[in-house]
Amino acid sequence: MLNRTIAPPITDSTNFKLTLKPYDFFTLDNGVPVYAINAGAQDVLQIEMVFYAGNWFEKNKSIAAATNFLLKNGTTGSTAFQLNEAFEYYGASCSRACYNETAVLSLHTLSRHTDKLLPIMKDMLTHAIFSQEELDIFKQNSRQRLSVNLQKCEFVAGRTIDKLLYGETHPYGTFTNVEDIDALTPQQLKTFYQQHYINGKCAIFVSGNLPADINEMLNENFGKLTLTKPTFTVNKIPTTQASEKKIRIQNDENAVQGAIRLAQNFPNRHHPDFMKVIVLNNLFGGFFGSRLMSNIREEKGYTYGIYSYLQNHTQESAWLISTEAGKEVCDATIEEVYKEMKLLREELVDEEELSLVRNYMIGGILGDLDGPFQIMAKWKNIILNGLDETYFYDSVKAIKETAAEELQALAQKYLNPENFYELVVY
Amino acid sequence: MIQFEKFTLDNGLRVLVHEDKSTPMAVVNVLYDVGARDEDPAKTGFAHLFEHLMFGGSINIPVYDEPLQVAGGENNAYTTNDLTNYYCQLPAENIETAFWLESDRMLSLAFGKKSLEVQRKVVCEEFKEHYINKPYGDVWHKLRPVVYTTHPYKWMTIGASLKHVEDATTADVKAFFKKHYNPSNAILVVAGNINIVQVKALAQKWFEPIPSGEKYTRNLPAEPKQTAPRFIEVKAAVPLDALYKCWHIYPRTDDRYYTADLISDILSGGGSSRLYQSLVKEQQLFSNIDCYHMGSTDAGIMIIEGKLVKGVDIKKADKAVEAELKKLQQTGITGAELEKVKNKTESAMAFEDMSLMNRASSIAMYELLGDADLMNKELDKYNAVTAEGMLAETRIIFDENNCSTMYYLSEN
Repeated sequence: MLNRTIAPPITDSTNFKLTLKPYDFFTLDNGVPVYAINAGAQDVLQIEMVFYAGNWFEKNKSIAAATNFLLKNGTTGSTAFQLNEAFEYYGASCSRACYNETAVLSLHTLSRHTDKLLPIMKDMLTHAIFSQEELDIFKQNSRQRLSVNLQKCEFVAGRTIDKLLYGETHPYGTFTNVEDIDALTPQQLKTFYQQHYINGKCAIFVSGNLPADINEMLNENFGKLTLTKPTFTVNKIPTTQASEKKIRIQNDENAVQGAIRLAQNFPNRHHPDFMKVIVLNNLFGGFFGSRLMSNIREEKGYTYGIYSYLQNHTQESAWLISTEAGKEVCDATIEEVYKEMKLLREELVDEEELSLVRNYMIGGILGDLDGPFQIMAKWKNIILNGLDETYFYDSVKAIKETAAEELQALAQKYLNPENFYELVVY
Repeated sequence: MIQFEKFTLDNGLRVLVHEDKSTPMAVVNVLYDVGARDEDPAKTGFAHLFEHLMFGGSINIPVYDEPLQVAGGENNAYTTNDLTNYYCQLPAENIETAFWLESDRMLSLAFGKKSLEVQRKVVCEEFKEHYINKPYGDVWHKLRPVVYTTHPYKWMTIGASLKHVEDATTADVKAFFKKHYNPSNAILVVAGNINIVQVKALAQKWFEPIPSGEKYTRNLPAEPKQTAPRFIEVKAAVPLDALYKCWHIYPRTDDRYYTADLISDILSGGGSSRLYQSLVKEQQLFSNIDCYHMGSTDAGIMIIEGKLVKGVDIKKADKAVEAELKKLQQTGITGAELEKVKNKTESAMAFEDMSLMNRASSIAMYELLGDADLMNKELDKYNAVTAEGMLAETRIIFDENNCSTMYYLSEN
């Protein structure tokens, strides 16, 4: 008779050997570095061209994002419609994304169509025109999207907490208002494009089932451009922290929930505490089995979900707790978060719980390494943060070895309510 | 081409196995053939609430999540109007943990009182977060009962009202479990770095002793053919007017489904699609517009929805959408357009198949539709669609008597 009360034996995940598949590397004629992961059963690939063209470099708000978006809205030879159709005809997609330090132009396609699509990207990177007409449509649609977002408490909470942490003039703390969108001109975009795309700093990440001649293809299309290789660093811009810590904002009179954000500034990945704090964070609120989720969702039912995390920034980071909770239980939720901080400061985590967190995290990394795009995402993160593969292996070591006493010491150092901004938007 | 093998246990549980030796992971996916459409109209939202309760401990195992996390695994689940799907991913070496956990909750839940009390609250917060506390969040709550007069697709998966969720009792939970959660109503898919012999042995050990239960026979009221246009106007505290138009289409297993799917791709889904180019770029009536369909098992709906540029009259915008559809009905689509949407489909499938988890859930989904091998015939079915077939379907689908329209207007 099968005894269902006894768990089957398991291999402790900390015994798994985790390896990060090394990338292939080459440089284009102009010095642009190319990082490549050739793997995967499906005939697909992803190319990400990372430019140092994020909002770090803009003189007025929204210029970086608008320039990045409008790369695909017309060149001297093709209209926006023609550019879109050129990709879409082959079932491919060319997307843009603008971040703080960087802005990305990426391609997802069946590998066999790559040769037909790279010349179109080249055209966008050399002959984009930023017409008044396209910019006007972009402005109109951005204003509309913003007006809808501003009604969402979670959106307002997200931008407000960033402002408190970094200051409104810092790229991490800034946000767009309608006036910023209104003020955009084609000339601003053209200037930004000249400086940060045409003569920009670029690195290329390519992953998937790669054609044999991918190097030649990339070099032929991008190797003669006036791009240079990035140093993966930027000029420092100082942050400023708000002095008021507790903030309540009334945003929507019909709101039935409040968007809660608790946050404190935190150093970046180069800080010696960083990797161990990632372990502490998991225990605290980093996954479904965390203290916060177990207490505030699974025990009290105050929320559909609550998480804590470290922001994915390069220069400096922040440690956040984020949730949407019933309006009448927002204060009770915050109180429980502080109680959980206190527990971590005052009591050692027991071996059983710590082992669970370790195994869960290692299993997660193992699952994360499934497939070429995921492997490349890990590498991209390492490279753009000015790190090397030892960061990956040290992180794994931190998960396997950080002791309960170290976690308690870190909790005492960092998890103090008085250091946290406390924001509720409802 | 996704390879798999299939066998059936004595209790009727269907097991499908997909080997992939390139990954260190394994996925165990358990699909139950029950969704919101199977609910009592007076107790909606129950299939989804029940999904939450499946994590509240089973007959022999007090908690589900922790042992899985100890084994390096993670899991989740989702409920739709058609089905409920549970999946976990863990290092392949520890796969037996997933068999142990999944089989015990198929055998019986613990039916703890606390779990029901807490999860009722959690689901109410989920309801608020997604459908109340968001601009336009209640659109489908209002629109579904207009489009569906009879079929249970007339309510949302989350439920027709918060009250139904709040009123759920332990007796309801037990009855629901007995009716739907048993081997004859489930499909088990195991994928990843495993082999068929091993999976067979584990399935026999953990799942075969579970009593097969009664096979649930679905007998849902069919939606009668719509014979006249329908219209609903809503005013709400939102910043922009929005237009929604819906048309009835076909069941998932109907060959015309593929034609309808490609029609939606012609109309939207990219910067070169018809609606975007004409209505957002050229006429600038909308700031965004999309055409999609629900992809449901029973006859679904095709939807066009968009937010209007401030100041544009919604009747004018509605007419412009109709004019685009009229153009499609009169001149049909070009060979290049057809080629484009077929290429898009091929590409989307390849990207989707990259993830082990997606492959496992696709196998389960197609098995539920009747045969997992349908998955490998999809591309041929799309390729068989012709421009003439599409033209004919645009005339049938976009008939004004098949249409429900919603004006969702800004109060401000």
